[in-house]
Amino acid sequence: MTALTEPTRCNAGDWVEVERVLLEPADRSKNLPPETAEKPLRMWIKGFAQAAGAVGAPMTVETMTGRLVEGTLSAINPGYFHTFGKPIPELVHVGVDLRARLADYHAAQPADAGGGANAQGGER
Amino acid sequence: MATKFDAIMARRGEIMLKALGMDYSVFEQSPIAFDYEGMMSAHGYSLDDIVGIQTRAGVGHTPLLELKNLTDVVRSMSAPGKGARIFVKDEAANMAGAFKDRRASVSIHVAKEKGYEGVIAATSGNYGAAVSSQAARYGLKCIICQETFDSRHIGQPEIVEKSRICEAFGAEVIQMTVGPELFFHMVELLDVTGYFAASLYSSFGVSGIETLGLEIAEEMTALTGAPPTHCVITHAGGGNTTGTARGLKRAGATDTQVISASVDLSGLHMASDDDFNRKSFTTGHTGFGVPFATWPDRADVPRNAARSLRYIDRYLTVTQGEVFYITEAMSKIEGLERGPAGNTAMTVAVSLARDLPRDNTVVVQETEYTGAGKHHWAQLNFAKEMGVEVRSGDPTENAPGKVIVIPERPEQIQAKDFDVARMRKSYVRNALKQAPEGYVPTGDDIAFLAADTNSTAAAVETIIAELKEA
Repeated sequence: MTALTEPTRCNAGDWVEVERVLLEPADRSKNLPPETAEKPLRMWIKGFAQAAGAVGAPMTVETMTGRLVEGTLSAINPGYFHTFGKPIPELVHVGVDLRARLADYHAAQPADAGGGANAQGGER
Repeated sequence: MATKFDAIMARRGEIMLKALGMDYSVFEQSPIAFDYEGMMSAHGYSLDDIVGIQTRAGVGHTPLLELKNLTDVVRSMSAPGKGARIFVKDEAANMAGAFKDRRASVSIHVAKEKGYEGVIAATSGNYGAAVSSQAARYGLKCIICQETFDSRHIGQPEIVEKSRICEAFGAEVIQMTVGPELFFHMVELLDVTGYFAASLYSSFGVSGIETLGLEIAEEMTALTGAPPTHCVITHAGGGNTTGTARGLKRAGATDTQVISASVDLSGLHMASDDDFNRKSFTTGHTGFGVPFATWPDRADVPRNAARSLRYIDRYLTVTQGEVFYITEAMSKIEGLERGPAGNTAMTVAVSLARDLPRDNTVVVQETEYTGAGKHHWAQLNFAKEMGVEVRSGDPTENAPGKVIVIPERPEQIQAKDFDVARMRKSYVRNALKQAPEGYVPTGDDIAFLAADTNSTAAAVETIIAELKEA
């Protein structure tokens, strides 16, 4: 998704996201590591736009529980783009290795033991 | 001058009293001790009542599966006569995909009974999905406060997926940047809305997990003739360990060894904006496991129902790479594709079963759902993007936040014992800190601390003497 294809204006009633600062650095908890303490605590929430508006401008939304929350319009009809990604080279051998190991293990079991756990009944 | 944060936190007691539907002060006995069992039973539900609530809510009765191929992999590397049988409770079969449904179902039932209009929970994990799903079934409004992003607005794929699933169930999700003030905002919202606090750590939630221990004891007895010799439990805040162990005991499985299992994330700071996206597990890790075990009452309720030191026989840790290896292995040799965090206990079980006699039985008591984002490939690809090195090799070279080492062979999977005696000592130190200066613990306090750490009065007195010397 590129920013160019994203809409920048919404109409009243559109499903949108707003952003706001919950705590400025000075208002934050005193027990934070410096890299966290120096940044504001921000939040994002989705809801129905209460008026037409533009990304970056003030906006009020009505959330799923019916609350009115004010913030800055940050996205219009925001989606979900998380994925599985590519197979992990460090893991691709695992299945082949373990299936081969199991075949070797089963072949090495004495016949009266029924070829390992997988070929046996409940009592082992 | 009091900050906004301080102002809300100062009113926290009064707000939570309204939001929890329960007055915790009646259980307090001294500056140190409280009536734990009294608190746990105050909701008045029997275990049968809870089974009924959960059955009606579509929760529980998940399949118990024997993992014969995984057992044979273990036996292929065990000494003669060793290699215990491994079983798993497929908790991913719950409606919202994890054992957390058990926890949420009782809380949401209580919220509905007591007439609350909605529920709020602060969670970045599967619990959010569970609360959202149950709230949808009961027709309650639901707000989930989630720590989702670092200050650059970059989120772990696993947590972004949790936002999605909560919103899919109709919850209002508040996504926040890193920081423990997540709880501050939750308290602020409880004040504004008057909703019920569906805390992970209430007696309602933890009682809901007892049915998991009960099912394991009953189903293992039906399948093998006895409860399991060992139950391995992925351990974060301690509720999973506490509830499951209590359920096992209530079902008569008093000989079952309770093994807690966490991913070792030592060295990463849980409130660090820099470290946030350098961890590849968002739960089931020592970053929650150790602080909550050694001081449970840091939670969002006055007294935490999850008190894992009461029940832990051993606490074993594994590395991120070892869990990713076993997660991949589970798909390939057991046909069970599940989320990585829930496989923490599975990884520990592989290491544990290797050294146990063949007639021992090891139950891994949960799995969790998987999917886009919430998948070991997604987490590893993300780690690489965040600059974490991922390579094959010896897992002892693992360095949380810097290097994830994927084992080359199952023999390299070796869980490590975390020192439970040290955790007990740390717990006692934290408990004593709550009392005013100069307070001398009474005999009843010592007895409470012994029960809360699953040790003896003499052992607690020794710890107190050692702490005084130091």
